[in-house]
Amino acid sequence: MLPLRAAAEEKFDVSSFIFGHISDAYDWHITTINGKHISIPLPVILIDDGLHVFSSSKFEHGAEYGGYRIAPDGEPHAGKIVRSADGSRPLDISITKNVLGLLIASAILIVLILLCARWYRTHDPLKEAPKGLAGLLEPVIVMIEQDVIKDAVGPEYRKYSPYLLTAFFFILINNLMGIVPFFPGGANVTGNIAVTLVMALFTFFMVNLFGNKHYWKEILWPDVPLFLKAIPIMPVIEILGMFTKPFSLMIRLFANMLAGHIMLLSVIGLIFLTAAMGPVLNGSLSFVAVLFGIFLDCLELLVAFIQAYVFTMLSAVFIGLAHPQHETN
Amino acid sequence: MSLITPDFGLLFWMVVIFGVVFFILAKFGFPIITKAVHQRTEYIEKSLREAEQARIEIERFEGDQARILEQTRQQKAAILKEASDERNALITKAHDEASQEASKVLQAAREQIDSEREMARRELRSELSALSVAVAERIVRKELSDESAQKALLDRYVEEAVRDQVN
Repeated sequence: MLPLRAAAEEKFDVSSFIFGHISDAYDWHITTINGKHISIPLPVILIDDGLHVFSSSKFEHGAEYGGYRIAPDGEPHAGKIVRSADGSRPLDISITKNVLGLLIASAILIVLILLCARWYRTHDPLKEAPKGLAGLLEPVIVMIEQDVIKDAVGPEYRKYSPYLLTAFFFILINNLMGIVPFFPGGANVTGNIAVTLVMALFTFFMVNLFGNKHYWKEILWPDVPLFLKAIPIMPVIEILGMFTKPFSLMIRLFANMLAGHIMLLSVIGLIFLTAAMGPVLNGSLSFVAVLFGIFLDCLELLVAFIQAYVFTMLSAVFIGLAHPQHETN
Repeated sequence: MSLITPDFGLLFWMVVIFGVVFFILAKFGFPIITKAVHQRTEYIEKSLREAEQARIEIERFEGDQARILEQTRQQKAAILKEASDERNALITKAHDEASQEASKVLQAAREQIDSEREMARRELRSELSALSVAVAERIVRKELSDESAQKALLDRYVEEAVRDQVN
């Protein structure tokens, strides 16, 4: 996973080590043995005067292929596929490391939940206590649905619980996969702003597409003195609020997961950074780094759950706010 | 380092992947699980309510049972008391009757004794008078010669006889 030999021989570059792990990539780098990179090449899909599909292994060692290259550091689109001629970006829907990570996590999630659902199809839940996978997942599902969704959304919660449960488990499994340091895991999926942006957009549509008329009245014509509405200060603030809520969801999940990855990688990077500084310093700092790494890994497990929980809870609260009960007074 | 610029390709795939996951799980996954859990929750609540009702019923039965037992015990005590009263009354009555009977018998015996004694006395007296007449005959036969002596003697006898009679 780490360029050990290279680290020992030349200066270890912490920032490229960290960013190499948290950014997206066109191949999935697994490890480096004797200076030889072992990575899984992933399909590159470009739409640029037709569809171009080829393996990312064509770009190995900075090679050009079919008029495209990966922009080196210093260029505006560093690390991305650009046209060789002018350095501009084609429409790029490659299956990158993060996309593959998402696919793997999604496949695991679907299998887990459908197996759990299958138990309920094949057994009578009134006569049997759930066993195995259903016994493992049911308490979590019930906790999220009854303690988070039901309390936050209100009486109509049954309509929204599939979305909120999907969001919870989707974020949770991607967070957990991000902690696993080797192949099927390790992709910084939920610490990528594109992923959290899509999650936040889904919540945005869930909130605003199904908001009732009291919700829209509170936004466009709230119960405040007339001059606050005539010069539309309050409506502007409320409409802004519609967007800041999912925006905060996006940033919170992104920043928390990214920060977790960066912290963990920094601590591990300490070992390689001090490799050139003599065995005493390196040994003692390695010991500290391992202890700290264990602590941070445990913390990340907690954060993985908490962030999924918080995203679900806040989404539920926003959906609940979009269904105000008409106040009768 | 485009950390905060969302990449289009990843956005596209994320929408597709999350959309598919959402569709599959919202159609075939979570509703089945939550529905089953809701069913069971309702079933458990219903069972708990029924158990509570059954408990109340049992408590009521136990109360009834205790009351019936208490009633039976009181009845038993009452019956026993009645029986003992009756027995006592019977004994007392029998006692009274027996003593009345005894006194009656005694009375009758005493009356019979009295009447028999009276009869005996009467017989004795008649016999005695016959005997006295016989004795007097003999004496009269012997001492008829002296008239005054006869008379004095007769008086004495009579007087003696009267005195005996009184005594």
